[in-house]
Amino acid sequence: MEKSLLAPGHRACAGCAMPTTIRLVLDAAGPNTIVVSPTGCLEVTTTPFPESAWCVPWVHSLFENASAVASGVEVMLKRQGKDTNVVIIGGDGSTFDIGMGCNSGMFERGHKVLYVCYDNEAYMNTGVQRSGSTPFCAQTTTTPPGSQSQGNPRPKKDMPAIALAHRIPYVATASVAYPVDLRRKVKKALQANGPSYIQVNAPCITGWTFDAGTMIELARLAVETGLWPLTEYENGELTGVKKVRRPKPVQEYLKLQGRYKHLFKKTECADNLGRIQALADANIARYKLVD
Amino acid sequence: MSEKTASKKVVEGSYAVAHAVMCCRPDVISAYPITPQTHIVENLSQMVADGELDSEFLTVDSEFSALSVLVGVIAAGGRGYSSTTSQGLALMYEVLYNVSGMRLPIVMNVANRAIGAPLNIWNDQQDSIGARDVGWLQIYAEDVQEAVDATLQAYKIAEDKEIRMPIMVCMDGFVLTHVYEPVELLDKEKAREFLPDFQPDSILDPLHPKTFGAFADPSTFTEFRYQQFEAQQKALVKIEKVAREFEAAFGRYYGGLLDGYFLDDAEVVLVAMGSVVGTIKDAIDAMRAEGKKVGLLKVRSYRPFPVQALRKALKDASVIAVIEKDVSIGCEAGLVTDLKAAFYNSNIRTPIIGFAAGLGGRDITIKDIRSIVAKAEAARKGEQPEFEFLNLRTEIL
Repeated sequence: MEKSLLAPGHRACAGCAMPTTIRLVLDAAGPNTIVVSPTGCLEVTTTPFPESAWCVPWVHSLFENASAVASGVEVMLKRQGKDTNVVIIGGDGSTFDIGMGCNSGMFERGHKVLYVCYDNEAYMNTGVQRSGSTPFCAQTTTTPPGSQSQGNPRPKKDMPAIALAHRIPYVATASVAYPVDLRRKVKKALQANGPSYIQVNAPCITGWTFDAGTMIELARLAVETGLWPLTEYENGELTGVKKVRRPKPVQEYLKLQGRYKHLFKKTECADNLGRIQALADANIARYKLVD
Repeated sequence: MSEKTASKKVVEGSYAVAHAVMCCRPDVISAYPITPQTHIVENLSQMVADGELDSEFLTVDSEFSALSVLVGVIAAGGRGYSSTTSQGLALMYEVLYNVSGMRLPIVMNVANRAIGAPLNIWNDQQDSIGARDVGWLQIYAEDVQEAVDATLQAYKIAEDKEIRMPIMVCMDGFVLTHVYEPVELLDKEKAREFLPDFQPDSILDPLHPKTFGAFADPSTFTEFRYQQFEAQQKALVKIEKVAREFEAAFGRYYGGLLDGYFLDDAEVVLVAMGSVVGTIKDAIDAMRAEGKKVGLLKVRSYRPFPVQALRKALKDASVIAVIEKDVSIGCEAGLVTDLKAAFYNSNIRTPIIGFAAGLGGRDITIKDIRSIVAKAEAARKGEQPEFEFLNLRTEIL
């Protein structure tokens, strides 16, 4: 394998899916790439001044403005006649929530920018608080289970659908456990004539609590249960779905994670296990995951 | 100031400033509409539409995005422009700090306006004075011509290798943005000679990958701040130098950091910024005709705050009255407290009084200036409060 464009020595946790995801994205994008990142785990673990793990040009400004900054970079590159990839890599907090206005503006204005969200389903950098991406029933430090709570009361926001609503040419979901698929999607997205969005399932060892060695297995289970369908939309049409031969029960995915352990402790939580299974079943039906 | 009336045109202030921006050749203009800034950006978009100005004009989703876009533009090696006011400037607040911390030489016209609540679209200077600590240089224009000229000067100061800091060129909303007055528009070629193309130190370049906007822990953060502070101090010299270079090229000079009017023998000295300076000058003309020794010190550069120049300019005054269109809710107002701080460790023991005036667009008249002068004279005998809301309508309180 060639030298990675994300150098070793960064400070991400052992077992974190984020650096693996970024390495796969950069492998596919290649060195002729400028990366824009919002504030988050990625920024603080890779750029403690005067060190940097980035072997491509990289810029960070604020938590919620990566899309606007990338718009400025893209406009300048076009003006300079440079054919360089502009890739945003950010977590779900900036993508789903605080950066939504800027994201919508960037999509709507049609900048040729690839937005990659490494989705670990909560505000991990600040200590695992709930985000708009946190799934139903997941425990976070602001959605703790208790006598009146079974974790996050709301389902995950459908960010790919929001991206699609802007009629951008390419939208996909991907997983750190499917590197060939992820690299292919990044390459395809970079060919799109306009904005593109890829949302990558990226387990967080600190927030989800699992054994470091099971990170990839966990991400694969998310796909195999139907909870994280791998989809691809080109010009608004669903053009690719990763089939799942025999979908596994969601419990196999949930029971490996500390963030769901309360669901297995109390009998009154059984209904919610059923509701999570129903979410997976709905995906299986909607995307025809099973032949 | 030399007057070449023959080449002057009667235009709206916003058009004149937009024309000046055109002469500065920004690569990207990124803006969000807000009253009373709108005519500036509308004029610029028309210039782009007509091919008169070769810039990319981005219509973005908020002021927050408008300035954020320029972060990317400058990092990629371009020259950027935006304009805003009031609520828009407040929405940019987080980006303001970021731009100065990243040392990005952006120039922005602020069409000064009150900040709500209560909602108010008229002129005061609460917006930019409220952002005095964010690291941006702030230059206040007295009239449209000065706003035009300061815009060109601002790019030269901001992009100087020693400075590399963003600048707000502040002009009173409506009073200057919407007024039609005779202005000498900048000559494009002369402006190009005065302001060469932007030469960034480093840019986002895949052949020479660099990291922009890293995170700094306690072992380095202070030094980043110090360097911003140092750049502002260096700007004290640069602002004056550029004002003189501008004079050599264009024949107009307004003072660099400060400008005096009948200051030499003045006993009562009024201190102010922005368009109210014009009213004060008229009032002084009238009072001088009556033999009153009244003078004016115009503060052109509020950040950096020219402490030494202020001490020198005001050392002979018997009493100083500061007239400003802002208030620090809880402690007087920006300019007067800064001025007192500038004098505390000097030998100057001149009484200083402050007036919050013209808030939310209330007119400041020549009669008001006369009343302030009378109050300043009373202050010499200790018969005037240190700080006052001018023309407070006590009947509606």
